[in-house]
Amino acid sequence: MSAFTGIGEEREIEREEFTPGLEPQPTWCPGCGDFGVLKALKGAMPEVGRTPDETLLVTGIGCSGKLNSYFESYGFHTIHGRSLPVARAAKVANPGVEVVAAGGDGDGYGIGGNHFMHTARENHDMLYIVFNNEIFGLTKGQTSPTSPKGHKSKTQPSGSAKEPIRPLSLALTSGASFVARTAAVNPNQAQRILTEAMEHDGFAHVDFLTQCPTWNKDAKQYVPYIDANESDDYDFDPTNRAEAQEMMRQTEEKLYEGEVLTGIYYRDDDRPSYGQEKRAIGEMPEEPLAERYFDDDYEWERSADLLLDKHR
Amino acid sequence: MTDDELIWRIAGGSGDGIASTSQNFAKALMRSGLNVFTHRHYPSRIRGGHTYTEVRASSEPVRSRGDGYNFLLALGDSFARNPREGAYYGNEEAKPLLENLDDLHEGGVIVYDSGLLDEDDTDNLDARAEANGWHVYPIDLRTMAREHGREVMRNTAGVAVTCALTGIEPETITGMMSDAMPDKILDPNLNVFNQAYDYVHEEFDVDAPDVTVPEGEHDEEQVLLSGSDAIAYGAIDEGCRFIAGYPMTPWTEVFTIMSQALPQVGGISEQVEDEIAAAALALGASHMGTKAMSGSSGGGFALMSEPLGLAEMTETPVVLIEAMRAGPSTGMPTKPEQADLEHVLYTSQGDSQRVVLAPGTVEEAYDHSRQAFQLAYEYQIPTILLYDQKLGGELVSVPASHFDREPNPATGKMLTEAEIEDAPHDASGKFERFRHDVDDGVSPRTVPGQKGGRHLVTGNEHNPPGHISEDPDNRVAQMDRRAEKMSAIRAHLDDDSLNYHYGPENAEYGILTFGSQQGTVEEAVDRLNETGISVKSLTVGEMMPYPIDEVSAFLDSVDEALVVEMNASAQFRGLTQKELGAYGDRMASLLKYNGNPFEPAEVVEGFETSIDGDDQVSGNETRFVPAAGD
Repeated sequence: MSAFTGIGEEREIEREEFTPGLEPQPTWCPGCGDFGVLKALKGAMPEVGRTPDETLLVTGIGCSGKLNSYFESYGFHTIHGRSLPVARAAKVANPGVEVVAAGGDGDGYGIGGNHFMHTARENHDMLYIVFNNEIFGLTKGQTSPTSPKGHKSKTQPSGSAKEPIRPLSLALTSGASFVARTAAVNPNQAQRILTEAMEHDGFAHVDFLTQCPTWNKDAKQYVPYIDANESDDYDFDPTNRAEAQEMMRQTEEKLYEGEVLTGIYYRDDDRPSYGQEKRAIGEMPEEPLAERYFDDDYEWERSADLLLDKHR
Repeated sequence: MTDDELIWRIAGGSGDGIASTSQNFAKALMRSGLNVFTHRHYPSRIRGGHTYTEVRASSEPVRSRGDGYNFLLALGDSFARNPREGAYYGNEEAKPLLENLDDLHEGGVIVYDSGLLDEDDTDNLDARAEANGWHVYPIDLRTMAREHGREVMRNTAGVAVTCALTGIEPETITGMMSDAMPDKILDPNLNVFNQAYDYVHEEFDVDAPDVTVPEGEHDEEQVLLSGSDAIAYGAIDEGCRFIAGYPMTPWTEVFTIMSQALPQVGGISEQVEDEIAAAALALGASHMGTKAMSGSSGGGFALMSEPLGLAEMTETPVVLIEAMRAGPSTGMPTKPEQADLEHVLYTSQGDSQRVVLAPGTVEEAYDHSRQAFQLAYEYQIPTILLYDQKLGGELVSVPASHFDREPNPATGKMLTEAEIEDAPHDASGKFERFRHDVDDGVSPRTVPGQKGGRHLVTGNEHNPPGHISEDPDNRVAQMDRRAEKMSAIRAHLDDDSLNYHYGPENAEYGILTFGSQQGTVEEAVDRLNETGISVKSLTVGEMMPYPIDEVSAFLDSVDEALVVEMNASAQFRGLTQKELGAYGDRMASLLKYNGNPFEPAEVVEGFETSIDGDDQVSGNETRFVPAAGD
């Protein structure tokens, strides 16, 4: 019998289970887009049928990193940029747990950019939400990796000389098997995309536009948004890599022209997840590794039996 | 001349098979009943560059490299760069023959491959040989190997020549070859071996060998393994089934051994993008309830500073290993040094809350590795195993029984779901992971997926259920609780010490050292006592929390102490002085930081210098620093 009966419970799940009973009120600024992520995630959990006890929310540093303070589940608030390496090992150690990683655009595309590329490449079965507000919020409004060229801030007084990161294109190039963008101003689409992303068996990257009314744009500046999957003005097939790539390019350019495009840009549902790949080559046990430490009957192997002969 | 020990040096270039040849030779001598100890020297280069391994073999216990060597098999560097007049790297082709030749004992033997090394290119070898009583055998090993097998088998020919010249029974080696080689290459190798062996008997008078090999017999079965092997095996026997890493010399050895072993036991190895990720993955795996490790060498370990601090703050058990090499920066990647001590003690922001252990021998590498996991999981704390390129790479014969131990997969205070039901929760239903009042400062934990165990962990200061908190009272309570773990670990280690005393208890003088210099210091202690100087040694294995009482008692019991370590700034002496707050007036330092480990004679000389008071050691290999007070 599993030592983890919290995993795979068959019961009705309410979104309110994900609201902490104590201090449920987030400390984000009024009008912050982060509320939209919290709401969409709470709404998506019952849809994918996962409970607080079988969910691990791993976050980085910044306003976004406080997500797990306001979301009732197992939570690991890591350090700046390092949510993904913690999250992917958690998934490998116990694949039964629903692992969600989250952080800001500085966290994910700046300081943690290397981990982003490699986690996408490995295609771990997890959802990664990047709160993209195009600014460093908690440190009071500095230019971030997604701030547009020319963006002025206290640390870039003459305006940024750099092109912004193109997060969707970067995810695709790096190997993510599900790439989407949604926005806090679009709660229904956001909940649907997070649900599909969690249901996807592979690395699902969701670039979540979260307005920062205090230091950057307010909600109005992300309206009107266009759902590229629905709009008659755009026609592409998200399972076609080349078309997805072109649509991402347009989306990333238009954001800085004031046109907010969102939707599911790419999905490859046939690609095996990392866990499947690792098991296929015999380098990951069929039964979750975490179970073994609770199994009193397990016969632990000894180095003397396994390895000492070649030294004789 | 006969010696009571053989110190055989095989020298060539990187890629010439020096490591595998010397390993088989050492193992063959071990099987014949001798105790063996190897010392490796190699450059950070794939092909070419002066490389040698010394195999020291004796019927007596050997716990160190020797002083110099008495048999040189110089194969020549087959990947040498073309020498130019004034090239900073000199004549690489001849280096295996001519480098460190002063260290060859009087009456020693030189065999060199005249098929590769031009006899006209050997400087004044003949004159030096005559002055030192060396016996020189130029033999065309390359042609011999090519004619009877393949050219790469010149190493085999060289080993056969060694046997013929020293009286080692050929079966000692050929039996080993039969076990180690697949049939396809065994036959030509055996052919080369026999031809070379016979050639020596035909061409030279070997009835009275210039250098002989002693005979020995073991009381119990021996195995030949390295510190890296021992660390990995200790981890496996503690139930570690997850490792994450990034290649870096010399830590790569442990990573490689684990990566090959873990799939056989249902474990997982992850090679990842950098060392920040590697350590963070180990934390993630441990957080889920598995036993996990990561590691690196100096530069890679620097990248682990952040996750190390996160492990301290979140109280995530993890073992990190640090294989030191000469620094700063890229330093000398393949050379040993002990200069990362302060780095591992203090890196990462805030007050250090970690355990640092430093094994000194292959057996200790296994024992400390096991203890590292026990402390990490029992006390929910990161434990660092600090060693160096020397201990990691040297092959030593040790009793097989040392590794014949029962596994211990225990994970400390990790609750089952049944136990969680009765454990304290807050009003939100969160499990109180970080309670203020708990035994030894260790608050029980739960892991994701367990029903009713959900809680938060964070690198921020936090309250009992794991929420971020900057409340001053909570802050002090949590800091004090985490500090209490260090006191509990100190008491734990006092009952089960990892420090090693050697020599007469009532000795007049002391030598203090740590890590891989242990065996060399102990050999020096023996030699000094034989010459009538009463001295004992203490090798400290517990770097943090430091064994203040034990070291104080040691220093109180002697008139003066010499602190031996491989770095330039006397970090271990500094740590000892800082922790003890005294004894600065009776601790002198003997330092070495030229990329080579101490030889026993250097420690003997350094010690004599310290008690003579002339404060000068000969040559420029080591440096003596007199006691300076507190």
